[in-house]
Amino acid sequence: MNKTNTKWEAISWRRLKALCLKETLQIIRDPSSNLIAFVLPLIMLFIFGYGINLDSGATKIGLLVEDQSEEAHRFAASFYGSKYFSVLPAQNRKQLEDEIMDGTIRGFVVIAQNFSDDLKRPGNSAPVQVVTDGAEPQLAAFVQGYALGAWQQWLSQRNLAQGMRAPGQIGVQPRFWFNPSAQSRNFLVPGSITLIMTVVGALLTSLVIAREWERGTMEALLASPMTRTEFLLSKLIPYYVLGIVSLMICVLVSVFVLGVPFRGSIFALFLVSTLFLLTTLGAGLLISTLMKNQFNAAQAALNLAFLPSMMFSGFIYEISSMPAPIRAITYLFPARYFVTCMQTLFQAGDLWPILLRNSLFLLVSGLVLIGLTAHFTRKRLD
Amino acid sequence: MPDVLVHLDRVKKVFPHQENAALEELTAQIMPGKVTGLVGPDGAGKTTLLRMMAGLMHLTAGTIKITGLDPIKDTSELRKIIGYMPQKFGLYEDLSVQENLNLHADLRDVTGHERKEEFQHLLKLTDLTGFTDRPAGKLSGGMKQKLGLACALLGRPKLLLLDEPGVGVDPISRRELWQVVRELVSQDIALVWSTAYLEEAELCDDVLLLSEGRMLFNGPPKAMTSRLEGRCFQLRDVAGSRREVLTRVLDRDEVLDAVIQGNSVRVVLRRNADKPKLEDLQAGPKAHWVPIPPRFEDAFLDVLGVKPPGKSPLADHLENLKKDGSTVIEATHLTKRFGDFTATDDVSFKVVRGEIFGLLGPNGAGKSTIFKMMCGLLQLTSGKALVTNIDLKTSASKARQHLGYMAQKFSLYGNLSVQQNLMFFSGAYGLDGEEQRQEVASMVQIFHLEPYLKASADSLPLGFKQRLALACAMMHRPDILFLDEPTSGVDPVTRREFWTHINSVVEKGVTVMVTTHFMDEAEYCDRIGLVFRGKMIAANTPDELKKMVRTEKNPEPSMEDAFIELVTKDRHEQN
Repeated sequence: MNKTNTKWEAISWRRLKALCLKETLQIIRDPSSNLIAFVLPLIMLFIFGYGINLDSGATKIGLLVEDQSEEAHRFAASFYGSKYFSVLPAQNRKQLEDEIMDGTIRGFVVIAQNFSDDLKRPGNSAPVQVVTDGAEPQLAAFVQGYALGAWQQWLSQRNLAQGMRAPGQIGVQPRFWFNPSAQSRNFLVPGSITLIMTVVGALLTSLVIAREWERGTMEALLASPMTRTEFLLSKLIPYYVLGIVSLMICVLVSVFVLGVPFRGSIFALFLVSTLFLLTTLGAGLLISTLMKNQFNAAQAALNLAFLPSMMFSGFIYEISSMPAPIRAITYLFPARYFVTCMQTLFQAGDLWPILLRNSLFLLVSGLVLIGLTAHFTRKRLD
Repeated sequence: MPDVLVHLDRVKKVFPHQENAALEELTAQIMPGKVTGLVGPDGAGKTTLLRMMAGLMHLTAGTIKITGLDPIKDTSELRKIIGYMPQKFGLYEDLSVQENLNLHADLRDVTGHERKEEFQHLLKLTDLTGFTDRPAGKLSGGMKQKLGLACALLGRPKLLLLDEPGVGVDPISRRELWQVVRELVSQDIALVWSTAYLEEAELCDDVLLLSEGRMLFNGPPKAMTSRLEGRCFQLRDVAGSRREVLTRVLDRDEVLDAVIQGNSVRVVLRRNADKPKLEDLQAGPKAHWVPIPPRFEDAFLDVLGVKPPGKSPLADHLENLKKDGSTVIEATHLTKRFGDFTATDDVSFKVVRGEIFGLLGPNGAGKSTIFKMMCGLLQLTSGKALVTNIDLKTSASKARQHLGYMAQKFSLYGNLSVQQNLMFFSGAYGLDGEEQRQEVASMVQIFHLEPYLKASADSLPLGFKQRLALACAMMHRPDILFLDEPTSGVDPVTRREFWTHINSVVEKGVTVMVTTHFMDEAEYCDRIGLVFRGKMIAANTPDELKKMVRTEKNPEPSMEDAFIELVTKDRHEQN
């Protein structure tokens, strides 16, 4: 690189203002920017708010009762009575295996022949077989957990009825903090705002710069006295404002239309969003300095910003249940920190230790991305 | 004499991963108060040189000094004295005329009283005063071009670099632009105008003629054309097939170049050669020679010293189709609307077998729209389009079997090899097995593609790309050939070679429909439809069209004169 290339000239406020004004006019007049910044976010919010529901509802399971004793049937009844399962009774194990193979049921429970006999022995350990479809781990864990809970509850009730306490039994009483009704919407919506910010920040900026290259306006700008700093700022500032406006709309719709509680402060929201936008805008700018046509830029933005925000941010897939190498990768994506912040702000409130820690990561990644962009931005065409 | 503004000293540019230099050791000077034409076909190195002068690219070797400044080291100083208009004008289409001007004024620190004055001056100069609120995207090609120029002129640059300002602009606007340009250079601006149209070279004060990165000529265009004084003739009143006469003319050793011009054949002789004898040419009893002034293109061919071939082996490959005078293409009241925009407005024409019919008009006039409707690629809003009597509305795919189509910019698969392109296109037209293999093999032979079979289409030299594209369109032996802007940006030698192929297939009875914005190219056509703003304002033979505008003042009007005159007349009738 030539030495004069790295020299940063002073900013002219007139030029910067003119460039920002141009950008703003373009945003206002370009239907596709408005679509991406305002319509797409609302559609995504409603999809995540209403369309996608991770609450399991009624899961189909098979139930085979081999033991004909009264106790076995009473235990079986606790499955039939559950609102989380729809139970398909089976005649033999072969049938259960077939059904789980073809996907009719998600798991099955077998109450073995010697259930009541074993139960009578001291120690209360009776065999109940629980088999689940590991292809869907979340559901499998749920079936397993529920079966265990049902067993323990049934046992304690039985013991209570018989006037004795089960020795060494631990009672589990689930309590959900922060999201008492355990509705997935309440954590999906804050997470989806992350996605939306990624789209507005990375996709939109990378597209508009690629468009400048395609239409030849970039060449006209480069040949003018404009400096690199002015150019980068003129992209950062208007799209930052656009991102914040889009964010505000999302938050308002989430709270007042979708009924998702917001427990944090506006200030904290503003702070973490600003930092996150810095990273997504940085990513968008970086992509667009490397890709000079809109198609490539869109591909890159989707694969490098959008998908990771979806997969690695913990917004849909729990990070703690990922394999260690993948978990390590998630640390590289700023979305992860922002999802944590947003879920904290919406569901718990201003928990500053969490917010500050994540904000620090956001700040660092934002500065790195923008620094890289500044490094790669050329004032020339070759 | 004023001082030299730009010194180019052994300027060289080699792009990474490319064998040949984009520019080879170019030394020249650019003077203020003059229009310097940077002339050459696509790929000659024009844009590269402009970009290096604008400080947008590094030099591989050599130096450029503009008023003593180095474009790379003194970028920020230099930007203040250079105005640069890139290809496609570099305008923001969703900003209005005024907003585009404001942006560039702010970028160049043009403020206060000076700003007001400059706006007024530039708007008046470019005739845009009444359009300040209109978005740049909604301007015509000519107005866009002038706005681009106005933006580049803000801040009163000393050096104005214009990259192909003439592309996509109708001849009327181009003439208006030259008036603006003349006024500018009278104020001592140095203006560099790059162009692929060789005829534009004649309008410049100085010419830098480039070809494949090498400078072939530097000096006033007259110095170049005067060398050919007395060597250019027109063979007038040709009887019989003028295409056959052309072939005979080109076969003669004493001839350097020959092209069809309406019913005449334009001939350039080699140095010290005599005119071929009339009886050898079998051009009919009335044929006679008339001396004409040389053109810049003639000089270019003279410098290159390459003679275009007179015969095409492609013709031997085709069976004779009977030229029975039957109508093969017929458009009646063709109309196409996109929303409230009428791209084609009530256009009717007929083309008979073995005829070349040309649609001539500036970019955006609606040529391609008519074209696409006639190939069944676009639905008509109303009217009727028949190809070999098949209605395109009901059975487009049946009609398409008769068509060969060569799209703008060749539309080859760039990362497939030559062989793969040939296999794909022949397959797409339904050839297979032995027939396909034979057809591909004969195309390879006819167009001399053998050495390039394994090379990707993108890596081919322009001339070979064009051959390949034509081969791809011909393999299923169509009886109608559609050519969309087949030779824009192509050097004159390649263009002549292409027309030799076309002429020979037409002699075999293939019907050709071609769009072009080259006035010269229109001369090859048997009949021309002039298209302007969606309408066909005239349709006739090239000679008749020229005759229509003949006056005492202009007894030998060019095709461009005819076009401008007819369009102006049409506008008057409208009002």
